[in-house]
Amino acid sequence: MHSFGYRANALITLGVTVLALMCAMASLSDNLNSPTPSAQVQVLNVNWFQKQRNGNEEVSLTLNISADLQSMFTWNTKQVFVFLAAEYETPKNSLNQVSLWDGIIPSKEHAKFLIHTTNKYRFIDQGSNLQGKEFNLTLHWHVMPKTGKMFADKIVMTGYRLPEEYR
Amino acid sequence: MGWIGETVDSIKSLQIRQVLTQAVSLGMIVTSALIIWKALMCITGSESPVVVVLSGSMEPGFKRGDILFLHMSKDPIRAGEIVVFNVDGREIPIVHRVIKVHERQDTGEVDVLTKGDNNYGDDRLLYAHGQLWLQRHHIMGRAVGFLPYVGWVTIIMTEKPIIKYILIGALGLLVITSKD
Repeated sequence: MHSFGYRANALITLGVTVLALMCAMASLSDNLNSPTPSAQVQVLNVNWFQKQRNGNEEVSLTLNISADLQSMFTWNTKQVFVFLAAEYETPKNSLNQVSLWDGIIPSKEHAKFLIHTTNKYRFIDQGSNLQGKEFNLTLHWHVMPKTGKMFADKIVMTGYRLPEEYR
Repeated sequence: MGWIGETVDSIKSLQIRQVLTQAVSLGMIVTSALIIWKALMCITGSESPVVVVLSGSMEPGFKRGDILFLHMSKDPIRAGEIVVFNVDGREIPIVHRVIKVHERQDTGEVDVLTKGDNNYGDDRLLYAHGQLWLQRHHIMGRAVGFLPYVGWVTIIMTEKPIIKYILIGALGLLVITSKD
């Protein structure tokens, strides 16, 4: 009854069960946190705006992104992935989401930031619908936990408009 | 050495009824594992509910050997989600983040572009030759949960098959020799 095999088995089973329970509790404890993030984005400049040879329009923007995501960090947070997407509707597409900038926030100390940047990914439309187009800038974030369930949410900022003319 | 002696004795003293009970209990273990896997497939709607991260392209979020739980719902795919997709001509599915989405007005079909968090450029180089976008049918599921390190078990077993055979052998011996 009390052979080496039995004892090892009992020990490993107990260890794995306790670990699994701790992981589950850590993940569940994330639900207790209700974050209150804030974000502002300014479009400082439209650097250029033109039509590619294949007919798709492309625009280059300079952006000021400031956000405070400190309240998102709990003890089970490994990192927060944050990105800014331009979102708009065209006659062909009911939704276009184009990521313009993203970043990884490794810790709470870095969660309050102000960034001055041009768009990191190319802002290209499927077609040519961007002239005078109204669009939303949405700051999305994905909370990656040390273990367990991942969370995501966003702040939508409305009222941005692209110029009527190419430049 | 006592343990090996006992083992040999217990193999010698096997009786047909005992062998049958052990075969049944072994079968129970195998089938219950299968049932759990298939039930997970039904619940998550994904053909592989759990995947192991094999590359470092999503670091520091996901490292090699981490496990992801997938879910495939009818919900539309949106930017920022981490999806697992298959590319034509590639056997191993890839886990990357969606950075661009274009959803059709009339059909609701989506064009999706992905990128690994740790990669410099987007995934067009990984797609099939000339492919610019992923469609819905390429995507196997989206990651909803995360468990670190556990996937190393499968990585070690696929890369060092000898360990797998030793483990299966040891477990088999344990099942055969156990008396209750």
